[in-house]
Amino acid sequence: MSTRIAAEIYAPAGAARLLETAAAWMLAILWILPLLYAVWTAFHPSEYSARFEALAPLTLDNFSRAWNAAPFARYFLNTFLLVTLILGCQLVLCTLAAYAFARTDFAGSGIAFVLVLAQLMIMPDVLIVENYKTMNRLGILDSIPAIGLPYVASAFGIFLLRQTFKTVPKELDEAARIEGAGAVQTLLKVYVPLAKPVYLAYGLVSVSYHWNNFLWPLIVTNSVESRPLTVGLQVFASSDQGIDWSIICAATLMTSAPLLMAFLLFQRQFVQSFMRAGIR
Amino acid sequence: MRRSTTATIHAWLMLLPAMTLLALFTHWPALATFIDSFFSTPRPRRGAAFVGLENYRQILDDAIFWQALTNNLLFAMGTIPISIGLALLMALWVNDRIAGRTLVRMAYFTPTVLPMIAVANIWLFFYTPQYGLLAQLLAPFGGASHNWLGSKDTALASITIVAIWKEAGFFMIFYLAALQQISPNLGEAAALEGASRFYFFRRVQFPLLMPTTLFVLVNAVINAFRTVDHIIVMTRGGPDNATSLLLFRIYELGFSFWDTSVAAALTMVLLVGLGAIALAQYMFLERRIHYR
Repeated sequence: MSTRIAAEIYAPAGAARLLETAAAWMLAILWILPLLYAVWTAFHPSEYSARFEALAPLTLDNFSRAWNAAPFARYFLNTFLLVTLILGCQLVLCTLAAYAFARTDFAGSGIAFVLVLAQLMIMPDVLIVENYKTMNRLGILDSIPAIGLPYVASAFGIFLLRQTFKTVPKELDEAARIEGAGAVQTLLKVYVPLAKPVYLAYGLVSVSYHWNNFLWPLIVTNSVESRPLTVGLQVFASSDQGIDWSIICAATLMTSAPLLMAFLLFQRQFVQSFMRAGIR
Repeated sequence: MRRSTTATIHAWLMLLPAMTLLALFTHWPALATFIDSFFSTPRPRRGAAFVGLENYRQILDDAIFWQALTNNLLFAMGTIPISIGLALLMALWVNDRIAGRTLVRMAYFTPTVLPMIAVANIWLFFYTPQYGLLAQLLAPFGGASHNWLGSKDTALASITIVAIWKEAGFFMIFYLAALQQISPNLGEAAALEGASRFYFFRRVQFPLLMPTTLFVLVNAVINAFRTVDHIIVMTRGGPDNATSLLLFRIYELGFSFWDTSVAAALTMVLLVGLGAIALAQYMFLERRIHYR
């Protein structure tokens, strides 16, 4: 990645280097072991679930049995709709709000910003009881929008984009205005293109968070039509299957597979996105 | 003057959608939680009545609350320092050009991408007595099969390990980014002065990593109090409330016992606690942080 880093001078040599490499690898193997183990169990017949023999027959049977035992296709669709809905709305709302904060000096901006940042402390994850009542009053319990709504106005997203918009040179903004562009046009033509890497970073963070989110969807949904994958997996694992671990492992891998594969394919972007989203 | 008025109107119009949703799903519920915590839970036969601090008194008298609070503090004290320490170690290792560091970094980071619920299901099998991997690995060394999640002595520790495993790689990323931003000149200067590697870490790298540590610490604290997915999958707070955490208790009170008022009071306790911790961290660390 970077050409030269400070630690390089202090990079260990000789025996120390060997020792460090060995330690790093041991921890890495320990860290990946649970996942490798799940892969082993999922791809072998259940009698091999805790027996490791090199010649154990491989099978996809566990996957097909898991797939047929619960409406996973529907769960996949629900999760896909959910993360798309949330990310789409987040991008629009956060962009507008961030632009207002970054480039206009308006009455009440200080209070407004504090009201936004309050969400970093008062998270939707904690307000489950009251938000459930609100969804009930709105009459949208057990629906995909009900899962997404509390997360759409994201303080984190607004903050992140505001910081980015603030780094756009004022001259570019003024040039666009002189050309006759309005506020919205300037936003779309100047600011949004310049913030592309931040959008990508925020998008990856948001999608992986909501793909994996569990407690709130568990509370607010109770039918196949609205349940996301995580809740579907839990319903499946806790009721139907008893202790057939091969099938549960297959289902577990299946539900994490899209994110996992996206991560393996776009590893660099993922890692850099998470870094970018965390460090301003 | 007129220009500034239109600017204000434009700005507020742009803020309107986000503000509406924030008001509806953050400000209002926070306020309503506060109000509800002073009223009794409405039942079909009689509505909510003002009861003052009764809900809070009920919490203080509730042994399960104290248990959940203790558990949560132990869980936080277990996960936060260990996962941050491991994250720093991982970052230092991956930052050096060791053989196969891309693979090593991937191994550290992968648990972060997985849903907690999937992770919990995998670990659940690990811990299963007799059939589970841990039981089978330990069997050759004698010793009876231990029910890791079913025994009060080991359940919370077992849960803590899962959280550390899930989180360390995530924090590593932030340390890695910060390490790579430290100027090579500092390393050269330190080497010229004959500083040892440990001295370089302690006096140069670690202080420069302080803003990252603060960021990671705030995240770790918040996570320790808001993640209960693994509890729901692995133990449901059991055995005998040995793994009940505060948010899980709120969930249980609100959605199993439908005692929403006591749940509201407990939510207030959690929110105030989180706020206080964040404020304390900010004030304490702000003074000792070297910003670039």
